Amino acid sequence: MDTGSLIFILSVAIQSSTAVLFATIGEIFTERSGVLNLGVEGMMLMGALSGFAATYYSHSLFLGVLASMVVGGILALIQGFFTITLRANQVVCGLALAILGIGLSSFLGRPIIGRVAERCVAFPVPVLQEIPLAGPVFFNQNLFIYFSYLLVPCGWLFLYHTRPGLSLRSVGENPTAADTAGIPVIRIRYLWTIFGGSLAGLGGAYLSLSYTPGWKENMTSGQGWIAIAMVIFALWNPLRAVLGSLFFGGINALQFFFEARQFTFIPSYILRMLPYLFTIAILVITTHSKSARRRASAPASLGLPFQREENS
Amino acid sequence: MKGITKRFPGVLANDRIDLEIQPGKVHALLGENGAGKTTLMNILSGRYRPDDGEILVDHQRVRFHSPKDALQVGIGMVHQHFMLIPNQTVAENITLGMESPRFILRREKIEQDVERLSKAHGLSIDPRAYIYDLSLGQQQRVEILKLLYRNVEVLILDEPTAVLTPSEIEELSKTLKDLARSGKTILFITHKLEEVMEIADEITILRKGRVIAQTKTEEVESRRELARLMVGREVVLRVEKEPVIPGTTVLELRDCSGYGDRGHQAFQHITFAVRRGEILSIVGVAGNGQTELVEAIMGLRPLSSGQIILFGKPLQESTSLNMGEVGYIPEDRLGMGSIPSLTLVDNLILTSYPSFHRRGVFQREAAARKTEALLSRFHVVAPGIHATARQLSGGNLQKLILARELSKNPRLLIAEQPTHGLDIGATEEVWLELLKQRETAGILLVSGDLREVLSLSDRVGVIFRGRLMDILSVEDEDWISDIGPMMAGVKQERTR
Amino acid sequence: MVVSVLLALLMGALVFLAAGANPFKAYAVMGLGAFGSLYDVSEVLVKAIPLIFCGLSVALSAKILLWNIGGEGQLAVGGIGAAAVALFLSPHLPPALTLPVMILAGFLAGGLWASIPGVLKAKMGVNEILTSLLLNYVAIFWLEHLYFGPWRDPMGMGFPGTAIFPESAWLPRFFQTRVHLGLILCVLLALVLQWVFSRTQWGYEMRVIGENPKAARLARINLTRYTLAVMFVSGGLAGLAGMAETSGIHYRLQQGLVVGYGYIGIIVAWLSRLHPIGVLFVAFFLASFLVGGDQLQAVMHLPSSVGLVLEGTLLFFILGSDFLSKYRLRVIFKCQAPHLK
Repeated sequence: MDTGSLIFILSVAIQSSTAVLFATIGEIFTERSGVLNLGVEGMMLMGALSGFAATYYSHSLFLGVLASMVVGGILALIQGFFTITLRANQVVCGLALAILGIGLSSFLGRPIIGRVAERCVAFPVPVLQEIPLAGPVFFNQNLFIYFSYLLVPCGWLFLYHTRPGLSLRSVGENPTAADTAGIPVIRIRYLWTIFGGSLAGLGGAYLSLSYTPGWKENMTSGQGWIAIAMVIFALWNPLRAVLGSLFFGGINALQFFFEARQFTFIPSYILRMLPYLFTIAILVITTHSKSARRRASAPASLGLPFQREENS
Repeated sequence: MKGITKRFPGVLANDRIDLEIQPGKVHALLGENGAGKTTLMNILSGRYRPDDGEILVDHQRVRFHSPKDALQVGIGMVHQHFMLIPNQTVAENITLGMESPRFILRREKIEQDVERLSKAHGLSIDPRAYIYDLSLGQQQRVEILKLLYRNVEVLILDEPTAVLTPSEIEELSKTLKDLARSGKTILFITHKLEEVMEIADEITILRKGRVIAQTKTEEVESRRELARLMVGREVVLRVEKEPVIPGTTVLELRDCSGYGDRGHQAFQHITFAVRRGEILSIVGVAGNGQTELVEAIMGLRPLSSGQIILFGKPLQESTSLNMGEVGYIPEDRLGMGSIPSLTLVDNLILTSYPSFHRRGVFQREAAARKTEALLSRFHVVAPGIHATARQLSGGNLQKLILARELSKNPRLLIAEQPTHGLDIGATEEVWLELLKQRETAGILLVSGDLREVLSLSDRVGVIFRGRLMDILSVEDEDWISDIGPMMAGVKQERTR
Repeated sequence: MVVSVLLALLMGALVFLAAGANPFKAYAVMGLGAFGSLYDVSEVLVKAIPLIFCGLSVALSAKILLWNIGGEGQLAVGGIGAAAVALFLSPHLPPALTLPVMILAGFLAGGLWASIPGVLKAKMGVNEILTSLLLNYVAIFWLEHLYFGPWRDPMGMGFPGTAIFPESAWLPRFFQTRVHLGLILCVLLALVLQWVFSRTQWGYEMRVIGENPKAARLARINLTRYTLAVMFVSGGLAGLAGMAETSGIHYRLQQGLVVGYGYIGIIVAWLSRLHPIGVLFVAFFLASFLVGGDQLQAVMHLPSSVGLVLEGTLLFFILGSDFLSKYRLRVIFKCQAPHLK
C-alpha cells in the first residue's frame, strides 16, 4: 500500500472516531460517578441538530457548538434528575431519553433537512504538518479534532492526578464512604452526568458541522450506543478510550477505502455491518478477558442509586 | 451530650440520653443489639441529627449538619462497615475529602505524611498498598489513621473488634490505650463484656435507648453484673442440653480445598465429619474461609481438591443437591436467604417449591395452608401470609427461614450465624429449635459468636486462614482456653 | 398515574407550540384520528399488534432482569424468516400449511437472533443491552440488503421491496379493516404468558430470579438455562411482530417494516409493569398516539414522530410518579431497618 493510501486511511480513521471519542469520554466521566447514562444516542442526535440549527440561523459556528453542548447537558440533566434525585431505574430512564432524543430530533429537525450552513473545515498546523506521515495524519484536521487531542490527556490527568478526580472516582466506587468523608456525592453525580451529556452533544455537533455537514434524521447511526460499549472496552480510562474509538474509526476508514477503490470482494452491506459487529467483538473480548478484569472493573456503584441512610 | 433524643419511624432509638465524656480516657458504650449505641454515636459524629437535646464540646454548644462539621471540631468515627475504597491506595483513602492540597494530588508527599503518621502511632501500614490487598485489621488501622490525619481528638469506634483475631484485638487495645495516654479521647461501642473490662476506663450501659448505668471499670464487680445491667435480667449463659448418642455420618469432608473470589486459597485440607445427633461448630473470625467452605458444601462453589461425601455418596459437581434433605440457613438473611419483595408464601416454598407444583402448575391452597401452619408453629409474627418478607423484623425473618428449612425435616442442617443481630429472646428461640433438630439431624453450625458455639456444640472446630486448627469436643476441659489462641492461629501443645 | 398523563400532555402541548402549531387543534386532530371512527379504532388495533408482541417480548425478558433491547432487529429478522418461507418455500407447501410454517419461521428467526446476545450473556457475562442493541443495526442492514438486492422484485416499480407474497401467505383480515389474525395470536400469547407467570413453576422460578438472583442461586434455579430460554422466546415474540407485519399488512418485505416498534415495546413493557395483560391495554393506548400522530402529519403537516415524543415524555412522568409511590415503600422499609440491625 502506498503512503498516500495509508495517510488517507489513518487520517479518515481519526475523523471517523472523533464523535465516538467525545461521547465515550463524556460517558466515562458520567459512569465514574456511578451514573449509567444510556441516553447518549439521543443526546448526540439532539446535539447534532441543535448545533447545526444554531449555526444555520446565527451563522456562527461558535454558537452552534455552544448550543449543542447546552442541549446535551440539559438532556443529561433530565436523566440526572430522574435517576439521582428520584432514584428511578437508570436503565429505563436512559433508554427513554434515547428514544425521546431520537424522536424529538427527527420531529424538530424536519424544517432544516438538506439545508447548508457553515462548516468546520480542516486547519493545518503550520510546522507540525510537515512531519512525514504523522504530520498530514494528525495535524491536518479540524478544530474539533485538535480539541480532542487536548481533551484526552487532560481528562486522564484530571481523573488520576487531581483531587477532584479522586473525589469523582470515590463517588463511583463507594458513595457512602465518599459521603462520610464530606464529599458532595449528589452534586458530583449531577456535575459529571451533565458533563457527559455535553460532550455527547459536542460529538453530535462534530458530525453535523464537520464530518457529514448538515442534518439528516438519525445521523448518528448508533454511535451513541457504540460509545457506551467503548466505555467498557476502555475500562473507564480516557487513554484507552482513544484506542477503542480509533479501532472503530479505522474500520470506518477501511470501509471508505474499499468503496473508493471499488474493492467488491466484501459486499457493501457487510462493510456497513462491520463497525457494529466489531464493537460486539471487543465487548466480548473485554468482558471475557481475565487480565482486564483484574486491572479495572466498572465503578462499583454504577447504576445504583445513592441514599444517605438518614436525611439530615 | 445532654438529653439526646432520636426517633426513627416506629422506634425510639435514643431516649433523653445524657452522656459525659472525659478527655484522655477510653470510654466504652455497652449494650445489646438495638440498644441505641450506634445511633447515639452517629449523632455525635455528625451523621445523624438529634430530634431533641444538645451536644457540648468543651462546654460550647455545637451543631453538626454533617460528619464534616464534627471533624472540624475534632470528632471522628470509625464505622463498623469500613468507609474505604477498595481499589484505591491507603494514601488516597486517607486524603479523600481533605481540603489541601486543593487541586493537584501530590501523591508522594501524601504518602510520606501517612508513613510518618503511621510510624508515630505504631500503626504500621504501607501507604501505597491497595485496600483490597489488606486484611481487615490493617484496614481498620487505615480508618484510624484517617482520623488521626485530620487531628481528631475524639475517636469513636463502632464494634471495632468484630472482625479482628484475638491477637489483633490485643494490638488494638494497646493502640487505643496509647492514644488515650497521649491525650486523645476514645469512645468505643461494643456488646462484648470481656473487651470492656480489658480496655475501657469508663463504661456507659445503654438499654432500649436509655442510659442504664455509668461507672468506672475499676468499680465493676463482675461480668455477670454487667450482663445483668445490659439485658435487664439474669442472662442464661448456657442452655440445657440433653445428651444424644450420635448416629450415622451425614456429612463428611475429606481433605477439601477451594479458592475464593479473589483467586486466593480460601480453605485448604479441611477434613471433618458431622454425625446425626450432634452439633459440630466451625468457629472463627469472619473472613477465614468459612463462607467459602459452606458454599462448597452447598455446591455453590467448586472444590479445587478433596471430596465431599453427603449421606454416604460423593458430591459431584453434576449431582443436584437434594434440597429436601439439606437445610441451609445462610448468613445473609435478606440477600440470599429470602426474597424481600415477594410474599411469605413465596418465601416459604423457596427451597421446596417443586413439591408445591404438580406437573408444573402451582398448588395455591396447599402452599397457603402450609405457610399458615409453619408461621404459627414457629411463632412468626406477620401481618398475614401475603405480606412481603420485607415487612418482617429481623428476628421474625430468621424464624421464617428456620421454619422453611426445618419443615423439610432435613438430615443435615447447615446454619450460618443464625442468631446474628437477634435480640436475646429470639436468640433463645433459635437455639432451642436447633437443639431440638439435633435429635433427627446432624447440624453444622458456622459462627463467630463463641458464646453461641460453646452453648450449643458437641464438638468445635476452629478455622483460621482457611485451615482447621483442631476439632475439640465438649468433654475436653481445656477447650475454652484453647479456642481463643487457635482463632488467632496459635496451636497449643496439648496433653491428653 | 393520571397526573403523569396530564403532565405528559402538557409537555406535548409545549412541543406543539415549539413547532408552531396550536396544541388544542393538534390534540383534537390526534384524538379524532385515533378514535373518530370505527375504522380509526381498527387502525389503532393494527398498530397495537406489533406493539403487543414487542411489549410481551421485553416484559418476558425483564422478568428475569434481562434487557432485550433488540426488538427492532428481532422483528426484522422475523420478517426475513417469514418472507423466506413465503417466497421460496410456499410453492412447495400445501396452502393450508404456509401460514403456520411462516409463524414458526418468524418465531424461530427472532429467537435465534436474540440467542446471540443470550448466549453471550449466559456464557460470558457480556452486557445484553449493548449486544442486542448493536445487532439491531446489523439486522436492519441485512434486511435492506435483501429487499434492495437479491430478493428484490424486478417488477417493483420503483418502490423497493420483495415480490408480493402469494395469497396463501397472507394473514386473513377482519371485515373491511386491516386488522389481521395477528391480533388473535398476540392476545392469546398474552394470556398464555400471564398464566405462565402466575400459575406455573416456571413463573415462580422466574419471579425468584427477577426479585432476588442470589436467592435463586440458593434454590438451585438454573440461571443460565433461563437466560438462554427466555432470550430465545423473547426474541421469538419480537420475531412474530415482524412476521405479523409482513404477512398481515405489507404482504412483502419492504421499507417501513422497521419503524421503532421494538423500542416502543420497551416503553409498553415498563408502563404495564411487566404484566402481560397490562401490555394489551398499554399497547392499545400507545398505539393511539401513533395513529393520532399519523393523522397529524396528514392534516397539519407536522412530523408524525410527535407520537414518539409524547410517548417518551409520558414514560418519564410515569417514572417520576413511580418514585413517589416507591418513596412511601422506602420509608416503611427504613422503619424496619433498626430492627434488622
